[in-house]
Amino acid sequence: MKEFIEGSHAIAEVIKSCQPGVISAYPITPQTHIVEDLAQIVADGELKSQFVNVESEHSAASVVLGASATGVRVYTATSSQGLFYMQEVVFNIAGMRLPVVMTCANRAISAPINIWNDQQDSISLRDSGWFQIYAEDNQEAVDFHLIAYRLAEDKRVMLPVMVCMDGFILTHGMETVDIPEQDKVNKFLPSYKPLYKLDPGDPMSMGLLADPDYYMETRFAIQETMRESLSYLSEISKEFNNVFSRDYKDLLVEEYQLKDADKVIVAMGSVCGTIKEVVDEQRAKGKKVGLLRIISYRPFPYARIYEALKDVPKVAVLDKAVSLGAYAPVAVEVKAAFYGKKKSPKVISSFVGGLGGRDITLETIHEVFRRLTVKEVNFDFVDLKPELLKEEYGE
Amino acid sequence: MENSPLFKSGHTACAGCGQAIAARLVVEASGANTIIANNTGCLEVFSTKYPETAWGVPWIHSLFENSAAVASGIEAALKYLGKKDAINVIAQGGDGSTGDIGLQALSGMLERGHDILYVCYDNEAYMNTGVQRSGLTPFDTNTTTSPSGGQSSGNLRPKKPVPEICSAHGIPYVATASAGFPQDLTRKVKKAISIKGPKYIQVHVPCPLGWRHETNQMLPVAKMAVETGLYPLFEYENGVLAARKQIVPKPVEEYLKLQGRFKHLLNNPGEIKKVQEIADNNIKKYNLKLEVQG
Amino acid sequence: MFGPLTVKPSNSKGDKTGSWRTQSRPHYLHKDCIACKMCLMICPEGCVHGKEKNAFWADYNFCKGCGVCADICPKKDIAMVAEESPIESKGEGR
Repeated sequence: MKEFIEGSHAIAEVIKSCQPGVISAYPITPQTHIVEDLAQIVADGELKSQFVNVESEHSAASVVLGASATGVRVYTATSSQGLFYMQEVVFNIAGMRLPVVMTCANRAISAPINIWNDQQDSISLRDSGWFQIYAEDNQEAVDFHLIAYRLAEDKRVMLPVMVCMDGFILTHGMETVDIPEQDKVNKFLPSYKPLYKLDPGDPMSMGLLADPDYYMETRFAIQETMRESLSYLSEISKEFNNVFSRDYKDLLVEEYQLKDADKVIVAMGSVCGTIKEVVDEQRAKGKKVGLLRIISYRPFPYARIYEALKDVPKVAVLDKAVSLGAYAPVAVEVKAAFYGKKKSPKVISSFVGGLGGRDITLETIHEVFRRLTVKEVNFDFVDLKPELLKEEYGE
Repeated sequence: MENSPLFKSGHTACAGCGQAIAARLVVEASGANTIIANNTGCLEVFSTKYPETAWGVPWIHSLFENSAAVASGIEAALKYLGKKDAINVIAQGGDGSTGDIGLQALSGMLERGHDILYVCYDNEAYMNTGVQRSGLTPFDTNTTTSPSGGQSSGNLRPKKPVPEICSAHGIPYVATASAGFPQDLTRKVKKAISIKGPKYIQVHVPCPLGWRHETNQMLPVAKMAVETGLYPLFEYENGVLAARKQIVPKPVEEYLKLQGRFKHLLNNPGEIKKVQEIADNNIKKYNLKLEVQG
Repeated sequence: MFGPLTVKPSNSKGDKTGSWRTQSRPHYLHKDCIACKMCLMICPEGCVHGKEKNAFWADYNFCKGCGVCADICPKKDIAMVAEESPIESKGEGR
């Protein structure tokens, strides 16, 4: 059913239809509206979940870990510092192969404290063993949660999924969203049947000490599962399309005006809406530009990106996060997709923008296309204010 | 063949480990219909080294400080499944993971009113990492991070009063117990699990390695801690002191001289006096003194 | 694909920690035993077995020789004997 609705409310509605047995979260801007809504939904008796209000994100993640290990579907949401505070539990959940689904309302990292959007929080947890899928708009954000549960609870997978949606831009943005009907959700998402669980009827120990004789295989197994999951994503996408008639193709990337393009921007999340607008405008003028939107950041679709960009002469990667002291995180991975391959763009330039919520405007995107020339840019910020860089300290 | 299918032989605790005794008694008292969430620590390491497990009940370890929160999730899931009434949930850990790094998660579990028994195995230092002091290390104890020396007589502060902190949450049951009094421990665990809501039991468990006593001295050491008033055994019900084990107090020196961790105090009457004051305060506070009829 | 994740107790054999003993082991005398079960209750290994009077024994496959059972026995019916000692009691060697 189509509704003009705030992103957070839409997420709460879709989580309601997924019917998690246990929800636990700790408030942090800009995640709050999601969990407030879920609390109300539970309070109104519309959802028979245990809603556990905790004293920290560390415990929020620990509560859903314990509940998932007991064999029920779970949900949590967080952002920024909250995600960092639960970091060790985040790694733990993946290591224990528990199919937790989490919304990350993407937000900048302190210091300085800043509640606005970039993608530094989730990108910093890229090595945790969680799937990370990035939504461009609120319809996707809603749909990706359904897909997240299907993927996480797949018997071949059993890994947690983080649905990343840009804070404020999506969480607080009003859009028309088709909220999935319950009967369709039931058709797409069967009730959760755990592979193993804490049950006195069949006791087992979980979370054991694995010494050097055993540890490495746990990591190999997750790596393999991630690799295999590249194809599961397109399977699930197909089934999703069958039920809901929305086609996310292989769920790895979206190719936008790539045919014959000679300049392409690679990006993730809501900024891609802005890029599409510039691409349309430029195409109308006969400029051969395009967008490659990465949907699945973990697992990273190297082969898919290679196929999409191998004949494009100039590529710019626009990151909304940094790896201070090194090249930008998405850019290095895009470049890695071409290392040692027969074909490759001649130029892969790297730009970082939108940190701490600085608007990435249409003009920003025009600027990126303008600076995408034969001279490769290894790393540069866009939209910097040089006048703010004059403070001097020390002798 | 095992006499306890719930906590089996073959774990790798040190010989004479008080925590191994207490952990087995706790799970046996709670019974097979129990799920345990365990913090990182000696108990976790020596009982579940892959591919072996000592536990005959469902058991989970996640992290150092989060067993109270993991257990909260287990309890919430059991409630959702309609199975809570049939299953006991226990969260457990050592003194450091309970009273230091895990205190926040524990407080959250208590405040939310989960139907969980939390058991703290108090061996009074971070033994798993090599005897570093914790917030529950007693005054003047020699540990690797509170060593005695020319300018120090060991740990600077007395034990953090975690049982009182728990009781202040208004929970229905808080007790201290000791591996030296196994029947008393069993009784308290059975009592705790019969009560709905959050419960906290702190068990004094001698560590021959960290406390530096012979393995066969586990019992005399544990008992003497109680009999000097340094480790009072009491029960709080709904915030009120409901019971305590009365003693004919022995001088603290009788306890200190049994253990290498207090060896540096034995020729230091001034410090022994300070330790005696701690015991005397406990004796007064909990009214421990047994009036001998004469 | 999954790696080492869970262990069922039925699949766990436990380490044969009896090999840790270097000095002494408990010798159950089977003379004055009153079947109070304190030895069984206090054993950190949970490796003491028995139900009837004078029929308790420690499984040397697991006993680490800590001596706590001998200490708690109210009848002094458990003696710690040198590990090299040839003394064997029925059942204890299992």
